[in-house]
Amino acid sequence: MEKIAIVGAAQTKYESRKADQTFYDMVFDVTTAALEDAGLTLADIDNIITVSNDFLDGRTISSMAVGEAAGAHDKNISTVEGDGTFGAFYGAMRVLGGFRSTLVVAHSKGSEGNPQFISNAMFDPIYHRPLGLDTTSAAALQANAYLTRYGITEEQCAQVAVKNHGNARHNPLAHQPLEISVEEVLRSPKVADPLKLLDCSPVSDGAAALIIGNEEIARKAKTKPAWVKGVAHCAEEYFLGDRDLANPKALRDAAKRAYQMAGIRDPRREIDVAEVYDAFSYMEPLWLEGLGLCDPGQGGQLTESGLTAMNGALPVNPSGGVLSAHALLVAGLARLIEASLQIRGEAGAHQIPGVKTALAHGTHGPCGQSHCIWILGES
Amino acid sequence: MSDWRDEVEALTLKGQIKMPYTWSVGETGSRFLVALRDEQKILANRCPLCGTVYVPPRKNCGTCFADIGTDDWLEVGPEGVVTAFTIIHQAHPLQPLATPFAYAIIQLDGADVGFVHILKDGWDRLKNGVRVRAKFGIERNGRILDIDGFEILT
Repeated sequence: MEKIAIVGAAQTKYESRKADQTFYDMVFDVTTAALEDAGLTLADIDNIITVSNDFLDGRTISSMAVGEAAGAHDKNISTVEGDGTFGAFYGAMRVLGGFRSTLVVAHSKGSEGNPQFISNAMFDPIYHRPLGLDTTSAAALQANAYLTRYGITEEQCAQVAVKNHGNARHNPLAHQPLEISVEEVLRSPKVADPLKLLDCSPVSDGAAALIIGNEEIARKAKTKPAWVKGVAHCAEEYFLGDRDLANPKALRDAAKRAYQMAGIRDPRREIDVAEVYDAFSYMEPLWLEGLGLCDPGQGGQLTESGLTAMNGALPVNPSGGVLSAHALLVAGLARLIEASLQIRGEAGAHQIPGVKTALAHGTHGPCGQSHCIWILGES
Repeated sequence: MSDWRDEVEALTLKGQIKMPYTWSVGETGSRFLVALRDEQKILANRCPLCGTVYVPPRKNCGTCFADIGTDDWLEVGPEGVVTAFTIIHQAHPLQPLATPFAYAIIQLDGADVGFVHILKDGWDRLKNGVRVRAKFGIERNGRILDIDGFEILT
């Protein structure tokens, strides 16, 4: 594969309600900040990919409403309605297709609509929507299937929430940095068994942008490039009942392809840090299993063992993860940006020392229907 | 950092998108829902290549991409086994009944995929592996909720 890299990035602070900004404002801010970060100008950008959802924005063709904020005047612009990692995937393809660069920008303001109504609307209108399913109740079914299959405990899931909210204290952009105990997670209000309030990510407002460039752009940018070593995505069945919810098949497939592209044979040993889409606490161990970073059923022990801690052998979500800041669609792009900052050595107080290879993971669709995996490296 | 809101009032605007839809249920779905409504039967169909029995029935097998058509339809359930469940505590207006209630993925007898539906009571006996039976509503109008819910069999 031709060499491409993430050469600049920016995120807003994630908050429950950004009352002072429209989503247009946020897109402008992170676009401007990503260009500044890279030391590039709009003249260096050939394509703009926006990532948005019409229901979240309350506006059909949400994509067409932020073009000017994203600097798309006189440029190629198109949109991905999905997680930001998929928007970045499309952006990477544009660069691999012969352009110099793509700026990818994702935004959402969960505070402006109704996330339960919007997430109910992702389900099939004939068979599933009338049941009242939403993201959380579907995730609870998956959590039940996963915990029951392997005897993973609610305490082990709570440990993930404690770790990631704790990590978020070192990330000034996180929405929910918290010093909490396993007891507090277990005692937090029941939402949908086995999920309690602190097992669930907040709904955040926020935006993020990154710039993917070819070698010419990477040379021109002032940042240390985070080279794309491997990237792949895969999806599985739409209906929950068709899937083995305790075995993330699509994630296994995507990870296998991304590792193959990156030449990774032993991911547990070769990956220095991972940012994964932990929308719910149980998801972190489940996704780590799918990523082949541990055996099936072993994910529950990883937090307790300290492996995934900030100072562990395989730090996972040093930024605080999605549990600590969940702007829908943006959250996967944030994982990719965090991975690129780890490669650059510029993740600030949550920097892991000596990162040479970083993994970023995004997901879209109920219970991780689709997954996009990125492997970034420093050379 | 200065905040513009110190200088001018930050306005918000209330809005709502009301968008009625009339979805075609299609042949596969109509055959399934009409059987629920008129015969209180849960129909499934079988992929001619891999043999997977789908409920609700499908136009094609997602794995084999085979057109399933109308040849190999069969009745499944009304009993089955719970393979995953959640008791819902947090209410929202789109739920069809008051909390607490449960969602379950049910492996109906004769089917190869799970069927997502509702359990209205019996939490103390609800666990994975428990057998349940579909209870049909008295008034049925060709909707998935013509099955009123599943009841736990002791």
